[in-house]
Amino acid sequence: MSEMLKILTIGMNHETAPIELRECLAGETEQTIRALASMRQLDAVREGLFLSTCNRVEALFIADEPDSAKASIISLLSNLGGIETEEILPCLYVLEDMKAVKHVFNVASSLDSMVVGEPQILGQIKAAYTLATQEKTSGVILNRLMHRAFHVAKRVRSETDICGAAVSISYAAVELAKKIFHILEGKKVLLVGAGEMAELAARHLLTHGVSSLVVANRTFERAVEVAGRFNAEPVSFEEMESQLLNADIVITSTASTEYVVTREQVRKSLRKRRNRPLFFIDIAVPRDVEPRVNALNNVYLYDIDDLKGVVELNMAQRREEAVKAGRIVEEEVAKFEKWLETLAVVPTIVSLRNKAESIIHAEFAKSRSALDGLTPAQNEALETLIRSIVEKMLNDPIVYLKGRAGRSTLNTYLDLTRKLFGLDDGASGGYEETGHSRERGIEELGPI
Amino acid sequence: MISPWFSLALGLDLLAAGGFTVFIIGQQKWVFRLSYWILVVGFVFHTIFLGCRYYDLGTAPVLDLKSALSFFAWAVVGVYLIIQARFKLMVLGSFVAPLAAFLMMVSSAMPWTTGPVKPLFKSFWLTIHVGTIFAGDALLAIAFLAAIMYLIQERQIKQKRLGSIYSRLPSLATLDRINYYGILYGFPFLTLGMITGSVYAQYALGRYWQWDPKEVWSLIVWLLYAALLHQRLAVGWQGRRAAILSIVCFGVLMFTFVGVSMMMGGYHSFGSMGAR
Repeated sequence: MSEMLKILTIGMNHETAPIELRECLAGETEQTIRALASMRQLDAVREGLFLSTCNRVEALFIADEPDSAKASIISLLSNLGGIETEEILPCLYVLEDMKAVKHVFNVASSLDSMVVGEPQILGQIKAAYTLATQEKTSGVILNRLMHRAFHVAKRVRSETDICGAAVSISYAAVELAKKIFHILEGKKVLLVGAGEMAELAARHLLTHGVSSLVVANRTFERAVEVAGRFNAEPVSFEEMESQLLNADIVITSTASTEYVVTREQVRKSLRKRRNRPLFFIDIAVPRDVEPRVNALNNVYLYDIDDLKGVVELNMAQRREEAVKAGRIVEEEVAKFEKWLETLAVVPTIVSLRNKAESIIHAEFAKSRSALDGLTPAQNEALETLIRSIVEKMLNDPIVYLKGRAGRSTLNTYLDLTRKLFGLDDGASGGYEETGHSRERGIEELGPI
Repeated sequence: MISPWFSLALGLDLLAAGGFTVFIIGQQKWVFRLSYWILVVGFVFHTIFLGCRYYDLGTAPVLDLKSALSFFAWAVVGVYLIIQARFKLMVLGSFVAPLAAFLMMVSSAMPWTTGPVKPLFKSFWLTIHVGTIFAGDALLAIAFLAAIMYLIQERQIKQKRLGSIYSRLPSLATLDRINYYGILYGFPFLTLGMITGSVYAQYALGRYWQWDPKEVWSLIVWLLYAALLHQRLAVGWQGRRAAILSIVCFGVLMFTFVGVSMMMGGYHSFGSMGAR
């Protein structure tokens, strides 16, 4: 019976397990499919889902015998990773029922991520759920749970600012550029020097619509090499000053110990640039752009420390938003709990309907000869009439039972209903719970 | 004579200003939509009020400072609603609505002047003159607000204080464009208003130009805006300098509108109109 079913999640994440251990378990789609297949084999597990990303490995499942199911899942994990159970055990968290539900909601909303608010996790969970439905390990409860999780993630994203501000240096630079230029389409970027972070920033700018990129370097060959990676135009270092006239955004990242761009150079270019704004992103240490450049009209200079400051501020803001998101999650967990409680009344409602259906069938069969003369239209009208009478008769008891869901007296009422309608005796009682009718009964419980 | 339409417009403008203030702090979209529609309804009532006044007086209701301020508030909101449709800039309302509410409050605090209108003022030319001048003033007021927002936002970015003000204000480029378009469209209206004004003066007083203080100050304003527009178009001024100059220009404009009329006399002064 459904009230005995437990929702469980067992897994490890970036906080509980070291990367070496997670690596053993993190795998491709095939591994997830293998995990789902072994979960399907387990008698104790009714429904299952397997999530594996670089920061977490988790099995989410519904079991009627929680203890044996837990043991089986743990040994499944250790088999999958080729790790001893003793080794894996201390790194695992095991959550039950509403704690598990809350955890799933938190994960989907990216509240449990290493970088809170990062958007990838939702896609990964959706993929894991798709696999579970393909492998048919997902059932009534998991379907509902996962759809609610997606809903919660959507709510968190739209009602809080958790994914708002950039939490990486390069994204912070892109955001700043947008606050200056509004749109980056048609803007020109000059990349002076090379380096991982500078190139990352350039790449982000390009994906956000920047139209052209020019690469300058002390050694022209290096400029050609870097430019090749971006489909950009390489120029020699001497041309940099003239390039300053065309550029809108300049990213500097050279190993030079002196300023590569001086205030004087920029000041001279301003009039020729017709005062178009110029945004310097100085990623180099020691700095490449003279700090006083920032004081010039329509010129903005951010060095690496400024950008780090921006990132830290945004991180703090995300943590604040996470508190708001936590409230949304709590709210949704409560709603889900309520739905889960109504699940207990489903079998009784289903057998009530089945019984009514079988009575209709039987009575129709008995009166067949008398009804032969009816036209198809009359026949249809008659059937509609009978069905609506039955519907209306059953409606009040069903509504009443749903209203009792979650109360301590529920079982008394369920028992009474079964006795009143004779649901448990004889073949006509029809407590044969077909998958289809069960689903239907649950659907009728309506949205939570 | 207290018009219920005026009170409604005043009340709704105040409500919208409050709503827009809540919006800029809390950033809820529904607050914006609510405030926006309150402002729209207030504008409709205000339009009805002005229509009634026009019908009663037989000329544009701008003959005393009270009416002129209310007319100005109406024009600012009207221009804002047009700009909002084009730029869809939610934060702009948080600056416009308080300005409109402020103008309305000052207007409401002033006494009504009653009595017959001089036949001199019952002229089609006066309506055209005042209508174009106020359309120009309203556009320049929006440019002024955008300039203030620009300077605030520029300061945030330059000083690397990227907090709540930074995130609430739009990009520098957007603010600069609003300032630019406000002046680009406001200036011709101002010009047209001055031309129709002198035509009206010729028609009513027999002279195009007679060195009335308001005429002189209007000319100064016109020259200042002409200089600003020139710097923008020919020299390529933008951003901070253009913003500062447009704030200065608007300050002089406001002085011309209120100060000159009240302090310097001349046939433009509300006093001379009140003694009709």
